[in-house]
Amino acid sequence: MSDALRISDKLRMSDTWRSWSRAAVTLLAAAVLYEALARSGWFAPALMPTLPKVGGTLWGVLIDGSMIGHAAATLYRVLFGLALAVVAGLPLGILMGRFRAGENFILPLASALMPIPSLAWVPVFILWFGLGNTVAILIVFYAALFPMLLNAWAGVRAVNPLWLRAAGAMGADEQAMFWKVIIPGASPFIITGLRQAFLRAWIAVVGAEMLAASDFGLGWVIFDAKEFLNADLMLASLAVIGAIGFLFERLVFGSLERATVLRWGMVRAAKG
Amino acid sequence: MTDTALSLGDIAQGEPHWRVVWRNVFPFLVVGAIWEIVAHLGTFPPRLFPSIETIAAAFWRLTVAGILPHHAFDTLLRLGAGFALAAIVGIAIGIAMGRSRRAEDIFLPLVSIGAPIPGIAYAPLFLLWFGLGNTSTILLVAFVSAFPIIFNAWTGVKAVKDIWVRSAQAMGADDPRLFRHVILPGALPYILTGLRLGLAQAWRILVGVEMLAAVPWGLGWMIFGAREFLNMDVMLAGVAVIAIIGLALEKLVFQRLENYTVVRWGMMT
Repeated sequence: MSDALRISDKLRMSDTWRSWSRAAVTLLAAAVLYEALARSGWFAPALMPTLPKVGGTLWGVLIDGSMIGHAAATLYRVLFGLALAVVAGLPLGILMGRFRAGENFILPLASALMPIPSLAWVPVFILWFGLGNTVAILIVFYAALFPMLLNAWAGVRAVNPLWLRAAGAMGADEQAMFWKVIIPGASPFIITGLRQAFLRAWIAVVGAEMLAASDFGLGWVIFDAKEFLNADLMLASLAVIGAIGFLFERLVFGSLERATVLRWGMVRAAKG
Repeated sequence: MTDTALSLGDIAQGEPHWRVVWRNVFPFLVVGAIWEIVAHLGTFPPRLFPSIETIAAAFWRLTVAGILPHHAFDTLLRLGAGFALAAIVGIAIGIAMGRSRRAEDIFLPLVSIGAPIPGIAYAPLFLLWFGLGNTSTILLVAFVSAFPIIFNAWTGVKAVKDIWVRSAQAMGADDPRLFRHVILPGALPYILTGLRLGLAQAWRILVGVEMLAAVPWGLGWMIFGAREFLNMDVMLAGVAVIAIIGLALEKLVFQRLENYTVVRWGMMT
């Protein structure tokens, strides 16, 4: 029994090791291909910089602190907008889930506004609020609001009616019902909503920064670098954007999920 | 408390048709009335906050002159071209990844690295490489919408039940038949989900890319260009057209497609 276990463990280990090594080989091959293309001279070196050059640029802007400043500006806009979306979307979504009148009023408006891409509002918001932080934050708010709203609504509606009746039978009053049953019951949906909201917000902020050229932010760096044909700086900021998005997705939301819904056993309960 | 226990299905039942319509129209009337009051109050300059009749007039003027349909047509053409490219390439790569271990090892690392970067961030790079205009726009739309299509096709092929494959093989199905009659229908719900996500992704990015890529026609460019002349009525008319197209894509294209295939084959209820 234990032998079989150990063998299957070993198999799994070699499996992970194998897929990691395959991934490394693939990426190395892609890098070599790119490097060969960049050095072949078919394309202008300004448009297709070699990898050491991109790495050097990335290192340079990280050391002199300018990239960190841009990343901080972008993160400030994303988190501000996301916080606004949570503050507005969560109560509205819960209201929609709990009261028929709320649902009847908000749902048609939300389904009409949702298919409009947030970036379509950029020119409108620029005229209303001027260039700068406000536009970027509001665009992030618009992009993040709907996933938050709809997931909170779906979550409250998906709370098992049996739990509500059980809590009612055990004498829970409205307040206890809300905090102890409905909110934890809806939490897997709410966390999913937060995750989707962040992904949308992350796309929206980069686009908004490109279009509503303020002087700071990762999107602005990429767009500005285009004017000066700095492809190395563009690729370096792309790497930073990807890294931050990946870190948020994996570390922040992953650990949030582990600390809340997984620990409460809500994910299994919601599925079962 | 009974409110929360109701399922979605019984909202629509047992209610006369006109009440359903009224219920859906009422919120728009309220918001429209508030908009009108604010617009006519004159707190904001009318150039920046036009009344609804001004927006409707701009909409009508541009539609009759054929300008708005031309913009919308070009946008849809780009969406269609980019999305078709993404669908063909994405489904092919996704299915290859699901069927062959080698393809999975090759593509999965590349896809996992490319996916978390927001598509619009690539826009300046594509503009630099492929120039301003249609080529960059279509390629970028295709690139962005390919990721969810690849991921879902891959998952779908992997999720086909082993027992179906084995029973088909036991009954003597050869590889092409196995693929056409077992794997493809089995993976189809996932593939359709991927296409749907991909189209939504493409739509979200396209308007923004049109603003950046300076294409001669297109709704994004129309809105962005109207900003220079403070034509807020034209901009809001453009946003309204974008909303209509987005709604139509969701209601007409995908819900239909799903009904015709997946539900009819009994793969999903």
